[in-house]
Amino acid sequence: MTAAAERARQFLGPRQWTLKSFSIRYASQIGITTAFILVWLVFTVMAPETFLSSRIYVSYAQTVPYFGLIALPLTMLIVAGEIDLSFPSVFALGMVGYIAVEHTTHSITLGVLATLLMGAIAGFVNGFFVCVVAIPALVVTIGTQFLYRGLTLVLVNGKSYTLLETDGSIPGRLLTGRFLGLPMQFVWFVVLAVISWVLLFRHRLGQNAHVIGDNKQAAGLMGIPIMRTRMILFILTGVVAALAGMMNSFAVINFYPNQGGSTLLPALAAVFVGGTSVFGGRGTIWGTAVGAFLIGGIDAGAVAVGLKDFWTQVIYGAIVLGAVTTHALLQRRFAR
Amino acid sequence: MTAPVLELRHVAKSFGGVHALHDVSLQLGAGEVLGLVGDNGAGKSTLIKIITGYHRPDEGEIYFRGARIDDLTVTKARALGVETVYQERALADQQSLWRNIFMSRPLTRPGGFLKVAEMRRVTSELMREEMGFTSAILTPDTPVTGLSGGERQGLAIVRALHFEADLIILDEPTMGLSLSETEKCLDFVRGIRAAGKSAIFIDHNIFHIYSVADRIVMLDRGGIAAEFPTSRFTLEELTRIMREVAATGRFDEADRQGDAGGTA
Repeated sequence: MTAAAERARQFLGPRQWTLKSFSIRYASQIGITTAFILVWLVFTVMAPETFLSSRIYVSYAQTVPYFGLIALPLTMLIVAGEIDLSFPSVFALGMVGYIAVEHTTHSITLGVLATLLMGAIAGFVNGFFVCVVAIPALVVTIGTQFLYRGLTLVLVNGKSYTLLETDGSIPGRLLTGRFLGLPMQFVWFVVLAVISWVLLFRHRLGQNAHVIGDNKQAAGLMGIPIMRTRMILFILTGVVAALAGMMNSFAVINFYPNQGGSTLLPALAAVFVGGTSVFGGRGTIWGTAVGAFLIGGIDAGAVAVGLKDFWTQVIYGAIVLGAVTTHALLQRRFAR
Repeated sequence: MTAPVLELRHVAKSFGGVHALHDVSLQLGAGEVLGLVGDNGAGKSTLIKIITGYHRPDEGEIYFRGARIDDLTVTKARALGVETVYQERALADQQSLWRNIFMSRPLTRPGGFLKVAEMRRVTSELMREEMGFTSAILTPDTPVTGLSGGERQGLAIVRALHFEADLIILDEPTMGLSLSETEKCLDFVRGIRAAGKSAIFIDHNIFHIYSVADRIVMLDRGGIAAEFPTSRFTLEELTRIMREVAATGRFDEADRQGDAGGTA
């Protein structure tokens, strides 16, 4: 350490957390975590036989990642001030690559790679229209959501496929098996969450994403590669959407061309409930991860506590509105 | 004679048929502070954006230290040692101070992973030694929204200084600053010259320009209306000249008591 750095250390010191500074800095994470625990407590008190058994958690650990995984790169994309609404269709489109390649080569591994490549291409096309043609991402990805779904239906002629070959295969076990008793879907979710956190907060990509989403003009003036950064994030979102779709197909040993349609709102809700700013420049991976399990728990939870399932939509809406309002208020309170 | 740090030859730029700049030529030597004045719309910001690589000129040539640069980009200009202080326009408000200091040049390990602890340390050092931030509330993790206008200006200036630029461009750095903050800012500009670096200083206030610039270039309607060393005129004369240029779009130095050899 240099002498000057040593003096600076004496002056400001290593970061010394007080309860106050910690709670201000992590206000949104603390908020979402508290909300999660509260909802869980309510469910557990009202339906203890369901929520005190491990079965429901195994089920969550398998199903939440299908949309939760996508919410991770989506968080980075939204931090950079962009959006992707096409991922529910990429969820299915990726598997078209698998079916085409596996049926000709009989290699599941090649099929897996083809799926990820399809996702990358879908993300690249989104990025191309947003970054090069300069059309707002909202509009582009509404368009590609239809386009990718339509292509999927056309390419497989609207048919479903049974994927018996994946059952018990190594790729199948890697994506949907168990590891130390944990469903692999959950393991992948944790691994990708850690990678996303590193990319967003400890890597140049995330540094650029934060600055671009915060002040695009400043990013341009300072020479930050705006186009390349956003392109990478669109491609990442596409790849992860295809991965999640493949996981889902492998788990149920079946591909159907309309799969993924129901991931749109839960994935977006997880991101925004988690405290990521709609306006870009600010977001957390922890918030998104907790948000995914909060959103994913409501469906089964509401039914288990004896509400008619019509009520789940009402609870979804209330939680999303409540969360974004709380984040907005916290932001204003601690804006200084 | 060594080549000038920056030289522009016959630079022109238009936007959608409107001439923002035409036939602009200028030189900037090492250790020189150039004051750039002109009304709104005179072409100051277009000129700056060309020098920083943000706009590509339609015509003309740009030389850095004698070498012609044909495809100047923002990244290339920064690699050539051009740093701009764009007031607070080039700060990302919601981000921490350290992210702003290292905005486009983060300290990284191989693979692009950030050295966050080191950036925090350097930032706290700069805050204390260069920016004069002594408040305990401000830490390297404070977002820019927590700073006053003067503090933001200090942040932008220190960021330019930290990267040891050869040519620092200050775009109205005193705008919105209090008197004492303005004085501090002007001191910094004098420090650039003392360090043997060059600067282009843009300001609406002729008093500020006069007190720090070696040479003044007046832009008017996209062209250079006048160019002269600051020492040639008193502040009163300068004020009169500026008014004349603003009214007529040119400056006939021949009118001034036969002072020969000026630029028209």
